[in-house]
Amino acid sequence: MDAQTLDLRRFVGRWTLNALSHVGRISLLMLDAIRSLSEWRVWFPRTMTEAWNIGVGSLFIVLLISGFAGAVTALQARYQFTGTIPIYFLAGVVVESIVLELGPVLTGLVLAGRIGARYAAELGTMRVTEQIDALESLGRSPGSHLIVPRVLAGFIMIPVLVILADVMGIFAGWFSMTMVLPISNEDFTYGARSFWRPFDATYSVIKAFFFAGSITIVACYMGFNTQQGAEGVGRATTGAVVSSSVLILLLDVLLANLLLST
Amino acid sequence: MIMLRDVHKRFGSQTVLDGVNLDVQEGETLALLGPSGTGKSVLLKHIIGLIRPDSGTVVVDDEHVGKLKRKQLAALRSRIGYVFQNGALFDSMNVLENVRLGITDGDKYRNDEYATQRVAECLKLVNLAPEVVAKFPAELSGGMRKRVGIARAIAGSPKYLLYDEPTSGLDPVNADVIDSLVKRLDNELGVTSVMVTHDVRGAFRTADRLALLTGGKIVQQGSQEEFLKSRNPKVQEFLERDFPDATFAA
Repeated sequence: MDAQTLDLRRFVGRWTLNALSHVGRISLLMLDAIRSLSEWRVWFPRTMTEAWNIGVGSLFIVLLISGFAGAVTALQARYQFTGTIPIYFLAGVVVESIVLELGPVLTGLVLAGRIGARYAAELGTMRVTEQIDALESLGRSPGSHLIVPRVLAGFIMIPVLVILADVMGIFAGWFSMTMVLPISNEDFTYGARSFWRPFDATYSVIKAFFFAGSITIVACYMGFNTQQGAEGVGRATTGAVVSSSVLILLLDVLLANLLLST
Repeated sequence: MIMLRDVHKRFGSQTVLDGVNLDVQEGETLALLGPSGTGKSVLLKHIIGLIRPDSGTVVVDDEHVGKLKRKQLAALRSRIGYVFQNGALFDSMNVLENVRLGITDGDKYRNDEYATQRVAECLKLVNLAPEVVAKFPAELSGGMRKRVGIARAIAGSPKYLLYDEPTSGLDPVNADVIDSLVKRLDNELGVTSVMVTHDVRGAFRTADRLALLTGGKIVQQGSQEEFLKSRNPKVQEFLERDFPDATFAA
């Protein structure tokens, strides 16, 4: 066996062990969080606070981005399809693009930056300043005080934000189409309904749940396992945003393949 | 009683504890001395189960800390107050909420009247004015943060108090204040204390017994007199700077 093959094997082996170690530690963290679910008096009020922070704090940026995405989708659909298909088809293209893809994915990526970075930085700072150790030393569970409220708040609020992003995207798409194309409200509604299946909305929300899990769990894990001071907090924050964004894109492909196969 | 037997701990390739044996008797104050970076804080964290040993046993009140389940460990921790080096106060909470978290009994913690009164008592014990309750950690000086940390540690009326470098980073006047406070609390509350420090003079002022950790092992433990008479070159080297006139036994 030559040296190059050996190096490649070592690299793959190390990478696999590293990945398995992360999976193991994430599982242990989640197990601890699940065990602390019985301490509802601790996590419930904190979950409400976190949910409020996620919801209200992220609403403006989510609506802004989904609004622009809806408008641009409509304009690009006009550029690509005018003259080739009936104009009301464009409404279907815009609505389906928003609900199936742009609403959940763009919201997920924005929140990976906003919520993921915040959670990782908060928990990372708490770790390096021994606040998490202090919590444990007081006989209190970091699961019920820190992890459960953040993860549950994500599961509650991220789907709500995705629904609002879908609505905003469709509204912006309708607005820009009616501004630049000779399409009436009735034609827009007819076109949108022609392609619409009730499962599309469910699919959007299912994606939102998966994205919520990947954003909050990865961020909590990264923050919780921060090491080496301020530099470690920076590494954890970047790692949380990059990892959850990649995970969102991977889940996007996986869910499309699993749930949209006709 | 706290008992450590043959405790080993490595972090990567670095051996931090290499067969530590240590006993802390009920009611005494033990100062754990040693140069910086020798694993004193690591040893202290073993006692409260924040770090588990690679091998060896840590026993507190006849319970093997490393073998305790989640709830048992939480119960043990409720009997131990831990004072962190930099206070480790929760940034997002004011002093009242920080100290209140130290009340480990769930019912008492949720009782607003009891909790407010207990926080006031603890702050008084550490010589802090009642007005400080509304302040956040960022608004406190280093000495005040340490005292709030001590107040939080005693709020649950613990049986044991573990101090991690309580005077590090403080000027000599504030360090003396904290040393006196530790001594007074030990007398008034009747707790068993372990104080990690590299401040030899402070240790001699507050502790009943001393132990020196160096090279991953406890190389000497005993009374102040035994330390001053020790023939161990590591003990002599460590004490020399603070006690230049000490006549070490030849």
